[in-house]
Amino acid sequence: MSARATEPASSESDEALPEPRYVPLRTAVRALLRKELALELRAPQAVPAMALFSVTTLVVFHFALQRGVVDGDLASGVLWVTLLFAAMLGISRLFVADHEEGGLDGFLLAPTDRTALLVAKAVGLFAFLVALEVVAVPAFALLLLGPSPSLAAYGQLAVLLVLADAGIALVGTLVGAIAVQTRTRDLIVPLMALPLLIPVVIAAARGTSPLVLQGGSQGLEVRWLFVLGLYDLVFGLLAYALFDFLIED
Amino acid sequence: MAALPAAIELDGLTRRYGERVALEDVTLTVAPATTLVVFGPNGAGKSTLLRVLATLLRPHAGAVRVLGRSLPDDGWAVRGRIGFLTHEPLLYRDLSGRENLRFHARLHGVAFARVEELLDRVGLRLRADDRVSTYSRGMVQRLAVCRAVLHDPDVLLLDEPRANLDPAAADLVEPLIGAASGRTRVVTSHDPAGGLVEADLALGLRGGRTELLAPADRVQSHEIWALYR
Repeated sequence: MSARATEPASSESDEALPEPRYVPLRTAVRALLRKELALELRAPQAVPAMALFSVTTLVVFHFALQRGVVDGDLASGVLWVTLLFAAMLGISRLFVADHEEGGLDGFLLAPTDRTALLVAKAVGLFAFLVALEVVAVPAFALLLLGPSPSLAAYGQLAVLLVLADAGIALVGTLVGAIAVQTRTRDLIVPLMALPLLIPVVIAAARGTSPLVLQGGSQGLEVRWLFVLGLYDLVFGLLAYALFDFLIED
Repeated sequence: MAALPAAIELDGLTRRYGERVALEDVTLTVAPATTLVVFGPNGAGKSTLLRVLATLLRPHAGAVRVLGRSLPDDGWAVRGRIGFLTHEPLLYRDLSGRENLRFHARLHGVAFARVEELLDRVGLRLRADDRVSTYSRGMVQRLAVCRAVLHDPDVLLLDEPRANLDPAAADLVEPLIGAASGRTRVVTSHDPAGGLVEADLALGLRGGRTELLAPADRVQSHEIWALYR
Protein backbone atom coordinates (compact mmCIF):
# COMPACT_ATOMS: atom_id res chain seq x y z
CA MET A 1 0.00 0.00 0.00
CA SER A 2 1.30 3.39 -0.87
CA ALA A 3 2.23 6.03 1.68
CA ARG A 4 0.23 9.24 1.66
CA ALA A 5 0.43 12.69 3.09
CA THR A 6 -3.00 13.13 4.62
CA GLU A 7 -4.58 15.83 6.66
CA PRO A 8 -7.87 15.28 8.44
CA ALA A 9 -9.82 18.26 7.21
CA SER A 10 -13.34 16.92 6.83
CA SER A 11 -16.10 19.38 7.46
CA GLU A 12 -18.62 16.60 8.01
CA SER A 13 -18.96 14.35 10.98
CA ASP A 14 -20.55 11.38 9.25
CA GLU A 15 -18.26 8.44 9.99
CA ALA A 16 -19.43 6.62 6.86
CA LEU A 17 -17.85 9.22 4.58
CA PRO A 18 -14.32 8.40 3.47
CA GLU A 19 -11.65 10.63 4.94
CA PRO A 20 -10.50 13.31 2.51
CA ARG A 21 -6.93 13.10 1.29
CA TYR A 22 -4.90 16.28 1.24
CA VAL A 23 -1.43 17.15 0.01
CA PRO A 24 0.11 20.23 1.65
CA LEU A 25 0.58 23.35 -0.45
CA ARG A 26 4.38 23.36 -0.18
CA THR A 27 4.59 19.73 -1.38
CA ALA A 28 2.45 20.54 -4.40
CA VAL A 29 4.44 23.71 -5.15
CA ARG A 30 7.70 21.77 -5.05
CA ALA A 31 6.28 19.10 -7.37
CA LEU A 32 4.99 21.68 -9.85
CA LEU A 33 8.20 23.72 -9.79
CA ARG A 34 10.33 20.63 -10.31
CA LYS A 35 8.16 19.71 -13.31
CA GLU A 36 8.27 23.27 -14.66
CA LEU A 37 12.06 23.43 -14.56
CA ALA A 38 12.45 19.87 -15.88
CA LEU A 39 10.30 20.73 -18.91
CA GLU A 40 12.25 23.92 -19.61
CA LEU A 41 15.59 22.12 -19.27
CA ARG A 42 14.45 19.15 -21.36
CA ALA A 43 12.90 21.15 -24.17
CA PRO A 44 14.02 24.77 -23.72
CA GLN A 45 11.46 27.21 -25.06
CA ALA A 46 10.75 30.21 -22.89
CA VAL A 47 14.23 31.23 -21.75
CA PRO A 48 16.05 30.92 -25.10
CA ALA A 49 13.21 32.75 -26.86
CA MET A 50 13.23 35.59 -24.33
CA ALA A 51 17.03 35.87 -24.28
CA LEU A 52 17.37 35.87 -28.08
CA PHE A 53 14.57 38.38 -28.44
CA SER A 54 16.17 40.73 -25.91
CA VAL A 55 19.62 40.60 -27.51
CA THR A 56 18.15 41.11 -30.98
CA THR A 57 16.11 44.07 -29.75
CA LEU A 58 19.16 45.65 -28.12
CA VAL A 59 21.11 45.25 -31.36
CA VAL A 60 18.27 46.95 -33.24
CA PHE A 61 18.26 49.80 -30.69
CA HIS A 62 22.03 50.06 -31.08
CA PHE A 63 21.66 50.81 -34.78
CA ALA A 64 18.30 52.59 -34.74
CA LEU A 65 19.33 55.19 -32.17
CA GLN A 66 22.42 56.00 -34.25
CA ARG A 67 24.39 56.54 -31.08
CA GLY A 68 27.26 54.52 -29.75
CA VAL A 69 26.15 54.94 -26.17
CA VAL A 70 23.06 55.99 -24.22
CA ASP A 71 22.54 56.88 -20.58
CA GLY A 72 19.97 58.24 -18.12
CA ASP A 73 16.28 58.17 -19.04
CA LEU A 74 16.89 56.90 -22.57
CA ALA A 75 19.07 53.99 -21.45
CA SER A 76 16.64 53.10 -18.71
CA GLY A 77 13.70 53.17 -21.13
CA VAL A 78 15.51 51.00 -23.68
CA LEU A 79 16.38 48.42 -21.01
CA TRP A 80 12.88 48.13 -19.56
CA VAL A 81 11.02 48.13 -22.84
CA THR A 82 13.32 45.34 -24.01
CA LEU A 83 12.86 43.32 -20.83
CA LEU A 84 9.11 43.80 -20.80
CA PHE A 85 8.56 42.75 -24.40
CA ALA A 86 10.86 39.76 -23.92
CA ALA A 87 8.83 38.79 -20.85
CA MET A 88 5.68 38.65 -23.01
CA LEU A 89 7.15 35.63 -24.81
CA GLY A 90 7.61 33.76 -21.53
CA ILE A 91 4.11 34.68 -20.35
CA SER A 92 2.58 33.46 -23.63
CA ARG A 93 4.17 30.03 -23.17
CA LEU A 94 3.64 29.74 -19.42
CA PHE A 95 0.57 27.47 -19.51
CA VAL A 96 0.88 26.03 -23.01
CA ALA A 97 2.25 22.59 -22.06
CA ASP A 98 -0.33 22.27 -19.28
CA HIS A 99 -3.17 23.26 -21.59
CA GLU A 100 -2.17 21.24 -24.65
CA GLU A 101 -1.04 18.09 -22.83
CA GLY A 102 -3.75 17.99 -20.17
CA GLY A 103 -1.45 18.81 -17.29
CA LEU A 104 -3.89 21.37 -15.97
CA ASP A 105 -6.61 18.72 -15.58
CA GLY A 106 -4.02 16.46 -13.99
CA PHE A 107 -3.30 19.14 -11.40
CA LEU A 108 -6.98 19.95 -10.84
CA LEU A 109 -7.59 16.28 -9.99
CA ALA A 110 -5.00 16.39 -7.21
CA PRO A 111 -6.13 16.83 -3.60
CA THR A 112 -4.31 20.07 -2.97
CA ASP A 113 -4.82 23.82 -2.84
CA ARG A 114 -5.11 25.39 -6.31
CA THR A 115 -2.95 28.25 -5.06
CA ALA A 116 -0.02 25.84 -5.47
CA LEU A 117 -0.23 26.31 -9.23
CA LEU A 118 -0.21 30.11 -8.91
CA VAL A 119 2.84 30.02 -6.64
CA ALA A 120 4.71 27.50 -8.79
CA LYS A 121 3.97 29.30 -12.05
CA ALA A 122 4.87 32.70 -10.62
CA VAL A 123 8.12 31.40 -9.12
CA GLY A 124 8.91 29.58 -12.37
CA LEU A 125 8.31 32.72 -14.43
CA PHE A 126 10.37 34.73 -11.95
CA ALA A 127 13.25 32.28 -12.45
CA PHE A 128 12.91 32.56 -16.24
CA LEU A 129 13.00 36.37 -15.98
CA VAL A 130 16.16 36.22 -13.87
CA ALA A 131 17.72 33.94 -16.50
CA LEU A 132 16.68 36.44 -19.18
CA GLU A 133 18.29 39.31 -17.29
CA VAL A 134 21.53 37.38 -16.80
CA VAL A 135 21.83 37.60 -20.60
CA ALA A 136 20.05 40.87 -21.35
CA VAL A 137 21.66 43.21 -18.80
CA PRO A 138 25.27 42.43 -19.79
CA ALA A 139 24.24 42.65 -23.46
CA PHE A 140 22.67 46.04 -22.74
CA ALA A 141 25.83 47.24 -21.00
CA LEU A 142 27.98 46.00 -23.87
CA LEU A 143 25.90 47.31 -26.76
CA LEU A 144 24.44 50.55 -25.50
CA LEU A 145 25.53 51.74 -22.09
CA GLY A 146 27.97 54.61 -21.67
CA PRO A 147 30.35 54.73 -18.70
CA SER A 148 30.09 51.47 -16.79
CA PRO A 149 28.05 51.90 -13.57
CA SER A 150 29.70 51.19 -10.26
CA LEU A 151 29.35 47.86 -8.49
CA ALA A 152 27.00 49.54 -6.00
CA ALA A 153 24.80 50.76 -8.87
CA TYR A 154 24.60 47.23 -10.25
CA GLY A 155 23.62 46.01 -6.79
CA GLN A 156 20.81 48.57 -6.63
CA LEU A 157 19.73 47.62 -10.15
CA ALA A 158 19.55 43.99 -9.01
CA VAL A 159 17.14 44.96 -6.21
CA LEU A 160 14.98 46.85 -8.72
CA LEU A 161 15.03 43.90 -11.08
CA VAL A 162 13.95 41.49 -8.34
CA LEU A 163 10.99 43.65 -7.30
CA ALA A 164 9.95 44.34 -10.89
CA ASP A 165 10.30 40.65 -11.79
CA ALA A 166 8.02 39.71 -8.91
CA GLY A 167 5.32 42.05 -10.26
CA ILE A 168 5.76 40.82 -13.84
CA ALA A 169 5.63 37.20 -12.64
CA LEU A 170 2.39 37.71 -10.70
CA VAL A 171 0.61 39.63 -13.45
CA GLY A 172 2.07 37.31 -16.07
CA THR A 173 0.72 34.23 -14.29
CA LEU A 174 -2.76 35.73 -14.09
CA VAL A 175 -2.76 36.86 -17.71
CA GLY A 176 -1.18 33.61 -18.91
CA ALA A 177 -3.93 31.59 -17.22
CA ILE A 178 -6.58 33.66 -19.01
CA ALA A 179 -4.84 33.80 -22.38
CA VAL A 180 -4.15 30.08 -22.69
CA GLN A 181 -7.89 29.43 -22.79
CA THR A 182 -8.25 31.61 -25.88
CA ARG A 183 -7.26 30.96 -29.49
CA THR A 184 -5.34 34.21 -29.72
CA ARG A 185 -3.10 33.98 -26.68
CA ASP A 186 -0.15 35.66 -28.43
CA LEU A 187 -2.35 38.71 -28.94
CA ILE A 188 -4.19 38.55 -25.62
CA VAL A 189 -1.02 38.42 -23.50
CA PRO A 190 0.46 41.80 -24.55
CA LEU A 191 -2.98 43.43 -24.78
CA MET A 192 -3.77 42.50 -21.19
CA ALA A 193 -0.36 42.42 -19.56
CA LEU A 194 1.24 45.59 -20.91
CA PRO A 195 -1.39 48.02 -19.56
CA LEU A 196 -1.37 46.22 -16.20
CA LEU A 197 2.42 46.46 -16.08
CA ILE A 198 2.67 50.18 -16.82
CA PRO A 199 3.17 51.02 -13.11
CA VAL A 200 6.04 48.52 -13.01
CA VAL A 201 7.66 50.08 -16.07
CA ILE A 202 7.29 53.61 -14.68
CA ALA A 203 8.75 52.72 -11.29
CA ALA A 204 11.48 50.48 -12.66
CA ALA A 205 12.51 52.92 -15.41
CA ARG A 206 12.50 55.93 -13.07
CA GLY A 207 14.44 53.94 -10.52
CA THR A 208 16.97 52.76 -13.07
CA SER A 209 17.64 56.19 -14.68
CA PRO A 210 20.09 57.53 -12.09
CA LEU A 211 21.86 54.18 -11.97
CA VAL A 212 22.79 54.39 -15.65
CA LEU A 213 23.74 58.06 -15.59
CA GLN A 214 27.33 59.11 -14.91
CA GLY A 215 28.30 55.66 -13.71
CA GLY A 216 25.44 55.51 -11.23
CA SER A 217 26.89 58.15 -8.94
CA GLN A 218 23.46 59.58 -8.05
CA GLY A 219 22.16 56.37 -6.52
CA LEU A 220 18.69 54.86 -6.40
CA GLU A 221 15.63 56.72 -5.12
CA VAL A 222 14.14 54.45 -2.49
CA ARG A 223 10.56 55.53 -3.23
CA TRP A 224 10.59 53.51 -6.46
CA LEU A 225 11.38 50.41 -4.48
CA PHE A 226 8.35 51.13 -2.29
CA VAL A 227 6.16 51.61 -5.35
CA LEU A 228 7.29 48.28 -6.76
CA GLY A 229 6.88 46.56 -3.40
CA LEU A 230 3.36 47.93 -3.04
CA TYR A 231 2.48 46.84 -6.58
CA ASP A 232 3.77 43.33 -5.83
CA LEU A 233 1.71 43.19 -2.64
CA VAL A 234 -1.51 44.37 -4.31
CA PHE A 235 -1.18 42.04 -7.29
CA GLY A 236 -0.08 39.18 -5.05
CA LEU A 237 -3.32 39.51 -3.09
CA LEU A 238 -5.34 39.97 -6.28
CA ALA A 239 -3.78 36.89 -7.85
CA TYR A 240 -4.47 34.86 -4.70
CA ALA A 241 -8.10 35.93 -4.75
CA LEU A 242 -8.70 35.40 -8.48
CA PHE A 243 -6.58 32.48 -9.55
CA ASP A 244 -8.99 29.69 -8.50
CA PHE A 245 -11.73 31.22 -10.63
CA LEU A 246 -9.45 31.49 -13.63
CA ILE A 247 -8.39 27.86 -13.73
CA GLU A 248 -11.64 26.22 -12.65
CA ASP A 249 -14.65 25.63 -14.85
CA MET B 1 -21.82 1.64 12.38
CA ALA B 2 -23.28 3.97 9.79
CA ALA B 3 -24.25 2.49 6.42
CA LEU B 4 -21.94 3.22 3.48
CA PRO B 5 -23.41 5.92 1.22
CA ALA B 6 -23.98 5.28 -2.45
CA ALA B 7 -20.75 5.83 -4.33
CA ILE B 8 -22.42 8.14 -6.85
CA GLU B 9 -25.82 9.84 -6.72
CA LEU B 10 -27.15 12.12 -9.44
CA ASP B 11 -30.48 13.86 -9.11
CA GLY B 12 -31.55 15.96 -12.08
CA LEU B 13 -27.99 16.69 -13.21
CA THR B 14 -27.93 19.29 -15.96
CA ARG B 15 -24.89 20.77 -17.63
CA ARG B 16 -24.71 23.20 -20.54
CA TYR B 17 -21.99 24.62 -22.77
CA GLY B 18 -23.34 28.07 -23.52
CA GLU B 19 -26.76 27.49 -25.08
CA ARG B 20 -26.11 23.83 -25.85
CA VAL B 21 -27.36 21.33 -23.30
CA ALA B 22 -24.78 18.56 -22.80
CA LEU B 23 -26.59 16.75 -19.99
CA GLU B 24 -30.21 17.18 -19.01
CA ASP B 25 -31.94 15.90 -15.91
CA VAL B 26 -29.81 12.79 -15.40
CA THR B 27 -30.80 10.87 -12.27
CA LEU B 28 -29.19 7.65 -11.06
CA THR B 29 -27.46 5.92 -8.17
CA VAL B 30 -24.36 3.76 -8.32
CA ALA B 31 -23.65 1.43 -5.41
CA PRO B 32 -20.08 1.06 -4.10
CA ALA B 33 -17.81 -1.40 -5.95
CA THR B 34 -20.19 -1.72 -8.89
CA THR B 35 -19.84 -0.67 -12.52
CA LEU B 36 -21.97 1.79 -14.44
CA VAL B 37 -21.37 1.60 -18.18
CA VAL B 38 -22.46 4.62 -20.18
CA PHE B 39 -23.42 4.14 -23.83
CA GLY B 40 -24.31 6.72 -26.42
CA PRO B 41 -23.24 8.21 -29.73
CA ASN B 42 -20.61 10.94 -30.03
CA GLY B 43 -21.85 14.12 -28.38
CA ALA B 44 -24.33 12.26 -26.17
CA GLY B 45 -22.79 13.69 -22.99
CA LYS B 46 -20.71 10.73 -21.82
CA SER B 47 -17.44 12.63 -21.43
CA THR B 48 -19.24 15.58 -19.86
CA LEU B 49 -20.75 13.24 -17.27
CA LEU B 50 -17.29 11.92 -16.40
CA ARG B 51 -15.83 15.43 -16.13
CA VAL B 52 -18.62 16.52 -13.79
CA LEU B 53 -18.01 13.45 -11.60
CA ALA B 54 -14.26 14.17 -11.69
CA THR B 55 -14.96 17.68 -10.27
CA LEU B 56 -13.55 19.26 -13.46
CA LEU B 57 -16.92 20.68 -14.56
CA ARG B 58 -19.59 22.26 -12.40
CA PRO B 59 -23.15 21.01 -12.66
CA HIS B 60 -25.53 23.78 -13.71
CA ALA B 61 -28.57 22.22 -12.07
CA GLY B 62 -29.43 19.20 -9.98
CA ALA B 63 -27.54 17.45 -7.21
CA VAL B 64 -24.34 15.43 -7.57
CA ARG B 65 -22.87 13.39 -4.75
CA VAL B 66 -19.69 11.34 -5.03
CA LEU B 67 -18.66 9.16 -2.07
CA GLY B 68 -21.28 10.97 -0.04
CA ARG B 69 -19.88 14.43 -0.78
CA SER B 70 -21.83 17.08 -2.63
CA LEU B 71 -20.26 18.55 -5.77
CA PRO B 72 -19.00 21.10 -6.48
CA ASP B 73 -18.88 22.42 -2.90
CA ASP B 74 -17.12 19.41 -1.38
CA GLY B 75 -15.12 18.55 -4.48
CA TRP B 76 -11.89 19.05 -2.55
CA ALA B 77 -12.84 16.17 -0.26
CA VAL B 78 -13.18 13.56 -3.02
CA ARG B 79 -10.49 14.65 -5.47
CA GLY B 80 -7.86 12.33 -4.01
CA ARG B 81 -10.26 9.40 -4.20
CA ILE B 82 -11.13 9.68 -7.89
CA GLY B 83 -9.12 8.17 -10.73
CA PHE B 84 -9.80 9.71 -14.14
CA LEU B 85 -8.78 8.14 -17.43
CA THR B 86 -9.81 10.17 -20.43
CA HIS B 87 -8.93 10.40 -24.12
CA GLU B 88 -6.19 12.84 -23.14
CA PRO B 89 -3.53 10.92 -21.21
CA LEU B 90 -2.76 13.96 -18.99
CA LEU B 91 0.95 13.28 -19.40
CA TYR B 92 3.76 15.62 -20.43
CA ARG B 93 5.31 14.45 -23.71
CA ASP B 94 8.75 15.87 -22.93
CA LEU B 95 9.03 14.09 -19.58
CA SER B 96 9.77 10.39 -19.25
CA GLY B 97 7.14 7.91 -18.13
CA ARG B 98 8.76 7.65 -14.72
CA GLU B 99 9.02 11.44 -14.35
CA ASN B 100 5.35 11.83 -15.22
CA LEU B 101 4.25 9.26 -12.67
CA ARG B 102 6.55 10.68 -10.00
CA PHE B 103 5.09 14.12 -10.66
CA HIS B 104 1.56 12.82 -10.10
CA ALA B 105 2.76 10.76 -7.12
CA ARG B 106 4.03 13.94 -5.47
CA LEU B 107 0.73 15.72 -6.19
CA HIS B 108 -1.17 12.86 -4.55
CA GLY B 109 1.24 12.21 -1.69
CA VAL B 110 2.04 8.72 -2.95
CA ALA B 111 5.37 6.95 -2.36
CA PHE B 112 7.60 6.34 -5.41
CA ALA B 113 7.55 2.59 -4.70
CA ARG B 114 3.99 2.61 -6.05
CA VAL B 115 5.29 4.15 -9.31
CA GLU B 116 7.80 1.33 -9.76
CA GLU B 117 5.16 -1.28 -8.91
CA LEU B 118 2.78 0.08 -11.54
CA LEU B 119 5.47 0.40 -14.22
CA ASP B 120 6.24 -3.27 -13.65
CA ARG B 121 2.62 -4.29 -13.78
CA VAL B 122 1.95 -2.65 -17.13
CA GLY B 123 5.23 -3.77 -18.65
CA LEU B 124 6.80 -0.34 -19.02
CA ARG B 125 9.77 -0.67 -16.66
CA LEU B 126 12.31 -0.93 -19.51
CA ARG B 127 10.99 2.20 -21.27
CA ALA B 128 10.29 4.17 -18.09
CA ASP B 129 13.13 6.64 -18.63
CA ASP B 130 12.26 7.39 -22.25
CA ARG B 131 10.29 10.49 -23.13
CA VAL B 132 6.57 9.91 -23.51
CA SER B 133 6.80 11.50 -26.99
CA THR B 134 8.67 8.35 -28.10
CA TYR B 135 5.96 5.95 -26.85
CA SER B 136 3.41 4.22 -29.05
CA ARG B 137 -0.26 5.08 -28.42
CA GLY B 138 -0.75 1.82 -26.59
CA MET B 139 2.19 2.53 -24.29
CA VAL B 140 0.85 6.01 -23.59
CA GLN B 141 -2.51 4.48 -22.69
CA ARG B 142 -0.85 1.98 -20.32
CA LEU B 143 1.04 4.82 -18.67
CA ALA B 144 -2.19 6.83 -18.41
CA VAL B 145 -3.78 3.86 -16.65
CA CYS B 146 -0.90 3.93 -14.15
CA ARG B 147 -1.52 7.64 -13.59
CA ALA B 148 -5.22 7.09 -13.04
CA VAL B 149 -4.78 4.38 -10.38
CA LEU B 150 -1.55 5.69 -8.84
CA HIS B 151 -3.29 6.97 -5.71
CA ASP B 152 -5.45 3.85 -5.27
CA PRO B 153 -8.75 5.68 -5.94
CA ASP B 154 -12.12 4.48 -4.68
CA VAL B 155 -13.91 5.66 -7.83
CA LEU B 156 -12.63 5.15 -11.37
CA LEU B 157 -13.96 7.27 -14.24
CA LEU B 158 -12.91 5.62 -17.47
CA ASP B 159 -13.53 7.08 -20.91
CA GLU B 160 -13.15 4.18 -23.35
CA PRO B 161 -10.25 2.80 -21.33
CA ARG B 162 -9.23 0.06 -23.74
CA ALA B 163 -8.82 2.37 -26.72
CA ASN B 164 -5.41 1.87 -28.37
CA LEU B 165 -4.68 -1.27 -26.33
CA ASP B 166 -3.92 -4.60 -27.98
CA PRO B 167 -5.35 -7.72 -26.27
CA ALA B 168 -2.14 -8.39 -24.33
CA ALA B 169 -1.96 -4.81 -23.07
CA ALA B 170 -5.67 -4.89 -22.20
CA ASP B 171 -4.98 -7.98 -20.08
CA LEU B 172 -2.14 -6.18 -18.30
CA VAL B 173 -4.33 -3.24 -17.23
CA GLU B 174 -7.42 -5.33 -16.45
CA PRO B 175 -6.52 -5.98 -12.77
CA LEU B 176 -5.97 -2.23 -12.30
CA ILE B 177 -9.10 -0.84 -13.94
CA GLY B 178 -11.33 -3.88 -14.52
CA ALA B 179 -14.22 -5.05 -12.37
CA ALA B 180 -11.80 -7.18 -10.37
CA SER B 181 -10.15 -4.00 -9.07
CA GLY B 182 -13.01 -3.76 -6.58
CA ARG B 183 -13.50 -0.06 -7.25
CA THR B 184 -16.67 1.78 -8.14
CA ARG B 185 -16.40 2.38 -11.86
CA VAL B 186 -18.09 4.57 -14.42
CA VAL B 187 -17.03 3.43 -17.89
CA THR B 188 -17.99 4.86 -21.26
CA SER B 189 -18.19 2.40 -24.13
CA HIS B 190 -19.20 2.09 -27.77
CA ASP B 191 -19.15 -1.70 -27.57
CA PRO B 192 -22.65 -2.91 -26.57
CA ALA B 193 -21.72 -6.56 -26.07
CA GLY B 194 -18.44 -5.97 -24.24
CA GLY B 195 -19.86 -3.07 -22.24
CA LEU B 196 -22.84 -5.04 -20.99
CA VAL B 197 -20.59 -7.89 -19.87
CA GLU B 198 -18.72 -5.69 -17.43
CA ALA B 199 -21.68 -3.53 -16.39
CA ASP B 200 -23.85 -3.82 -13.30
CA LEU B 201 -25.89 -0.85 -14.42
CA ALA B 202 -26.29 0.44 -17.98
CA LEU B 203 -26.98 4.06 -18.88
CA GLY B 204 -27.85 5.11 -22.42
CA LEU B 205 -27.51 8.79 -23.30
CA ARG B 206 -28.63 10.58 -26.44
CA GLY B 207 -28.44 14.33 -26.81
CA GLY B 208 -27.67 14.61 -23.10
CA ARG B 209 -30.90 12.89 -22.08
CA THR B 210 -31.34 9.51 -20.41
CA GLU B 211 -32.74 7.08 -22.98
CA LEU B 212 -31.98 3.93 -21.04
CA LEU B 213 -31.22 3.16 -17.40
CA ALA B 214 -31.47 -0.40 -16.16
CA PRO B 215 -29.54 -3.21 -14.51
CA ALA B 216 -27.24 -4.60 -17.17
CA ASP B 217 -28.66 -8.13 -16.98
CA ARG B 218 -32.03 -6.77 -18.12
CA VAL B 219 -30.66 -4.90 -21.12
CA GLN B 220 -30.39 -6.40 -24.59
CA SER B 221 -27.68 -5.43 -27.06
CA HIS B 222 -30.25 -4.21 -29.58
CA GLU B 223 -31.45 -1.63 -27.04
CA ILE B 224 -27.92 -0.22 -26.95
CA TRP B 225 -27.63 -0.26 -30.72
CA ALA B 226 -30.86 1.71 -30.91
CA LEU B 227 -29.10 4.62 -29.21
CA TYR B 228 -26.81 4.99 -32.20
CA ARG B 229 -29.52 5.06 -34.88
